[in-house]
Amino acid sequence: MQEPKKSAGQEPASGVEHFSCTLKRHDLHFARRRCRILQINTGLLCDLACKHCHLEAGPQRREIMSAETMQEVVAFAHRGNFEMIDVTGGAPELVPGIAGFLSELADCAPHVLLRSNLTALGGKAREELLATLCRHRIALVVSFPSLREAQVEAQRGSGVWEKSLAMLNRLNELGYGRADSGLELHLAVNPGGAFLPANQESMEKRYRRELEKRWGIVFNRLFTLTNAPLGRFKHWLEKSGNYQGYMRKLAESFNPEAVPAVMCREQISVSWDGTVFDCDFHLAAGICQGEKRTQVRDLPGPPPEGTPIATADHCYACTAGAGFT
Amino acid sequence: MDTYYDPRDLNLFESIGKDAPELAKKFFDYYGAVFTEGALSEREKALIALAVAHTVQCPYCIDAYTQACLEKGSDLEEMSEAMHVAAAIRGGASLVHGVQMRKIAEKLSL
Repeated sequence: MQEPKKSAGQEPASGVEHFSCTLKRHDLHFARRRCRILQINTGLLCDLACKHCHLEAGPQRREIMSAETMQEVVAFAHRGNFEMIDVTGGAPELVPGIAGFLSELADCAPHVLLRSNLTALGGKAREELLATLCRHRIALVVSFPSLREAQVEAQRGSGVWEKSLAMLNRLNELGYGRADSGLELHLAVNPGGAFLPANQESMEKRYRRELEKRWGIVFNRLFTLTNAPLGRFKHWLEKSGNYQGYMRKLAESFNPEAVPAVMCREQISVSWDGTVFDCDFHLAAGICQGEKRTQVRDLPGPPPEGTPIATADHCYACTAGAGFT
Repeated sequence: MDTYYDPRDLNLFESIGKDAPELAKKFFDYYGAVFTEGALSEREKALIALAVAHTVQCPYCIDAYTQACLEKGSDLEEMSEAMHVAAAIRGGASLVHGVQMRKIAEKLSL
């Protein structure tokens, strides 16, 4: 197990036991299993600047994946024999060439999913992309953090609510979220503040009931996600005086049973510039996979079983309560 | 802290069992059972607890159940309505006793 190298004084004290010590105390280890999932972060450009974004993505960001890097990632995806490819951002929809990229990825793995903020998927400019998603049966995981307009817009910005509902309706029209269509639509729900997410099962039940009753919207599954204390969310935690309390809550909620299921044990994450990370949170924190900066084009394949995984205090977000889906 | 209420005391709740462990255990077992999912969901129970916390005016309970409500997926609109339910019952309970006041006053008056 590696410790991330930090310069003294750069990080505010979290006030909790280091994550690696907690693992040690429970006699647990983060070791890689077979790498089944390739996660691809296409860049930090986004049409929104959500308050919980660990990557600080937004309309002003210019970091996006180039056509050359896309080809390197596709070649790696072929070499890796992955079961699933998980495409995220920023807003991947805004990256030029994304439809072609997704088409090529669909030939590399049985399951491809795209994480969308819903707003970037709307408008006439995305019709080609929607057709590609349907054609390749690419699963969608979309952000829809609350059943209340005020809460959604406080977290994600003005005007997001209407656009999100309209897009969910459009996706349902295309068959997404409908039984037996083969087009999967999953909702991702992040808490709107310095607290842990609700129980996933009861939340799913409630969203299913209310979305269908009020707007006729259907979906397949709902995932509750803990906010990672990184990026814009971390800045807000510090500014609002919640950082230490939130870290304490995450650490107190450490669930040893969640450790075997953490996503980094079975995935590798590639950033917009081709650098390889253990997960999207380490990407945000700049903690490279395998101690040194490696480019995806230089990797013969995914890291073998047993390869160490770096840990940091934000890892508590993935082991709190029921764990990170 | 120069006040009767210290937010850190909430974390010491279990220490009330120090000199009466068997009774405390019975209480905490009961407390735990009350808040598990039953005919009512955990989320609904947390909203009820938040409303009751306002009627008994317990700052510890308001702190704990505000957090619990948020963590169980409730939002401020629902939590505010729960608080108004508490206020309505509390206010209504005072007012309905006015019937007694009126009956007594009528009996005593010419």
